[in-house]
Amino acid sequence: MRIFVNDEVREVDAGTLAVALDAMGFGGRKIATAVNGRFVAATARPGTKLADGDRIEVVAPMQGG
Amino acid sequence: MSFYGVELGSRLLLGTSRYPSPAVLGEAIKASKAEVVTVSLRRESGSERAGQTFWSLVRALGVRVLPNTAGCHSVKEAVTTAHMARELFDTTWIKLEVIGESDTLQPDVFGLVEAARILSEDGFEVFPYTTEDLVVADRLVEAGCRVLMPWGAPIGSARGLNNVYGLKSLRAHFPDIPLVVDAGLGVPSHAAAAMELGYDAVLLNTAVAEAGDPVAMARAFALAVEAGRTAYLAQPLEPRDMAAPSTPVIGKAALGD
Repeated sequence: MRIFVNDEVREVDAGTLAVALDAMGFGGRKIATAVNGRFVAATARPGTKLADGDRIEVVAPMQGG
Repeated sequence: MSFYGVELGSRLLLGTSRYPSPAVLGEAIKASKAEVVTVSLRRESGSERAGQTFWSLVRALGVRVLPNTAGCHSVKEAVTTAHMARELFDTTWIKLEVIGESDTLQPDVFGLVEAARILSEDGFEVFPYTTEDLVVADRLVEAGCRVLMPWGAPIGSARGLNNVYGLKSLRAHFPDIPLVVDAGLGVPSHAAAAMELGYDAVLLNTAVAEAGDPVAMARAFALAVEAGRTAYLAQPLEPRDMAAPSTPVIGKAALGD
C-alpha cells in the first residue's frame, strides 16, 4: 500500500504501524509517532493497522529552546 | 525553588538549540550550571540518526529535560506534540507554546489556555510560554498551570525586559506561583534584572548559543542570575526622583563665606 511518512510517499507491505516502522529502519530507535494527526503510543503501534493513504509522522529528539 | 514538586538548585534554564557544535553545547550547559534544559522533537528519517545522537549527548549530561511544543500554531498540533514528547522524553513536563503571530512569535494566549487545560487534565505538568498579561495568567492557573513563563521580549530578539511594569505586576499578583522569564534576553544584565524583580528563574537559549564564546556567556549568565537573586533577597532600594546625600551633612565643617 502507499502511505506518507513525514510527507514522503512510501510503498509498504506492512499491515501495522509497528511492522512498517521496522521495515523503514526505525526499529529500536527513540521515536514518537502519529497517524493522521493522532498520537499513537509505542505500545499501540503493533495494534495500529495502516490503510492506503495514511499519513504517518515519525519524530525524534532534537535541539530546542 | 521547585517546579511541580521538583527541587532545583539552579535558577537558570537553558535551551539546547543553535550552538556551533554538540561539544560547545555540552560545555555551555556545564558552565551555566543549568539543571533543566529545553529540548524539542522533529521529523527523522529511517536513514539518519541525528535525533538519536543528540539524545545520547543530553542523557550523558545528566540534566532534566523540558520538552517544548515550539512551532505549533494550533491547539491540536500542540496537544499532539505534547503527547509525543511525553512518551519520547519520559516526562510529564511540557513547555507549552502555541504561537499566534509569526513575526513576533507572540503566544496565541487563547489557544494556550485551551491547550493548557486539556494537557493539565491529562496529567501533564504545563510550563506555558505566555505574555505578561495578568488575566491570561489567571486563566492559565485556573487551567492547572503551577508555573508561568512570561516572555521578556520576542524569542531570539535579545531586547531584554520589554515591559518591566507588567512583569512586576505579575510577580505581585502571583506571589506563590514560580515565575520564569522565558525568551528575549540578550545579555546577563537582562537576566539579573529579571531576578531582581523577584522572578524565580530565567530561561534563555540564543543569547548563549549565538554568543561569540557560548561557554563564557553561559558562565556570565549563571553569575548574573545568582547576583540578581541575591540582590532581590537583599531588598534593593526603590528608585526616587530627588537626590539623597549618602554622606551625612550633619557636622560638616562650615567653610563657606
